[in-house]
Amino acid sequence: MSDAMMAPRAKVEEKLFQNRYLVDAGRPHIKVKAHTVPSPSLMAMTTLCPAGCYTQTESGQVEVAADGCLECGTCRIVTRKTGEIEWNYPRGGFGVLYKFG
Amino acid sequence: MGEFSKPFDAIVVGAGPSGNAAAYTMAREGLNVLQIERGEYAGSKNVQGAILYADALEKIIPEFRDEAPLERHVIEQRMWTMDDKSHTGMHYRSDDFNEEKPNRYTILRAQFDKWFSSKVKEAGALVLYETTVTELVKDLSGKVIGVRTDRQGAPIMANVVVLAEGVNGLVGQRSGLRNEVSPESVALAVKEMHFLPRETIEARFNLTGNEGVVIEAMGTITKGMTGTGFLYTNEESISVGIGCIVSDFAETNVTPNELLEAFKNHPSIKPLLAGSECKEYAAHLIPEGGYKAIPQLTGAGWIVVGDAGQFVNAVHREGSNLAMTTGRVAAETVVSLTRKREEMSAANLAEYEKRLGQTFVMKDLKKYKGIPDLLHKNKGNFFGTYPRLISQAMQTWFRVDGIDKVSKEKSIFRNFRETRTLWGMMGDAFKLVRAWR
Repeated sequence: MSDAMMAPRAKVEEKLFQNRYLVDAGRPHIKVKAHTVPSPSLMAMTTLCPAGCYTQTESGQVEVAADGCLECGTCRIVTRKTGEIEWNYPRGGFGVLYKFG
Repeated sequence: MGEFSKPFDAIVVGAGPSGNAAAYTMAREGLNVLQIERGEYAGSKNVQGAILYADALEKIIPEFRDEAPLERHVIEQRMWTMDDKSHTGMHYRSDDFNEEKPNRYTILRAQFDKWFSSKVKEAGALVLYETTVTELVKDLSGKVIGVRTDRQGAPIMANVVVLAEGVNGLVGQRSGLRNEVSPESVALAVKEMHFLPRETIEARFNLTGNEGVVIEAMGTITKGMTGTGFLYTNEESISVGIGCIVSDFAETNVTPNELLEAFKNHPSIKPLLAGSECKEYAAHLIPEGGYKAIPQLTGAGWIVVGDAGQFVNAVHREGSNLAMTTGRVAAETVVSLTRKREEMSAANLAEYEKRLGQTFVMKDLKKYKGIPDLLHKNKGNFFGTYPRLISQAMQTWFRVDGIDKVSKEKSIFRNFRETRTLWGMMGDAFKLVRAWR
């Protein structure tokens, strides 16, 4: 299959629209700690996050927007040694609500 | 939560298959059980392929078939090795699987877990939803005596805490009961739910009534990473997904979404999904480290079940049955200690591990203890070279083009030898046999 046939990044956001979420406004459950240069592990999250929550800013830092988070925990495990993110489960009842799972 | 002044016999953290099995078994035996689940309902945070193995549930709720939300019973298993344009399949279909008490079912976890949770409540356990356990409470000797949650109030006390908190297992890890999961021993899987009319599914997969088909696939679909793809038929939907080891993913630039899109667009998969409507996109981690990755399972006042204990047989794609079995066995251990009025000490709870050793759970995980390392270290061959070679051999063999069969045989063997060398193949075969035993 050619790369052209592969889905563009944007499609992840479209897919997330199918899902149900109860967003805990103003209380994100994942935070990236302040940094100047992201480690390779943190950088990897910009492609590895299945919900596309991680992006690199123009100045080179990695930031997270966790509203579409699927709560898989991949970022927590990948950055466990660098300690660059703070990961908690959303408060009880908040976050993704799988209809089918 | 000051209202719970008297300690519970047991607190169960999590309402997935292992937690529900544990809570149900203890409550049915008359223990005073509190179960705490962070989701709005049981299943709202849970993701699985999903196949339910009847045997493990039958040992807990023998009459489950009368009431559990089941999709289709599996009559056909397709194992595919794939390259970019083909699949070579081993299919097993038998009318024997159309039995009075079928052996395997496809299920939708959000619905199934909700049902299982209702049984836990019927059995007499108290279930708190929308509540996240934040930490364990220990006494001065280090014994676990209760939990704190994200709700206001005093800690909730219990004689024993059953940790059924899943693969991420924050509570146990943060309390120092076990190490953080390593990226090499866990797979990230993404999955979509595709809806189609049931007649379409039945016609497309050659099914009648509630019969179902499952496809497990490996090969170039994971782009050199250790992983597998799957496609399961539900009543009016198809679950399609793909998963790879997290450390492999981290080394590539392929996004999980792209990998799933490529799998869905593979010429062998695409027609099976044609015209369907996707209604959910999910992701979850699967513990795949096997026997060697199992953490400490018991200690003073605590016991670990399900994914939190790495109880997944990755070779056979089994997990929920190991979860339910570990949940049940842990519960039986706690029930027996409670009845004998024995301490929930580390020494007494170790009985759980002894009992588990007698079950298929530990026997199977032990049998395959070398497989995760083998596949991971030889991923280029097992997930790339061999699938390509097999496809090329099949094509050479089946294409009729005027070339005689002896020449075809020679060209197939030459291709294997040149690509992988005789020593390489013998080594792989030897390693595989040794790891399989």
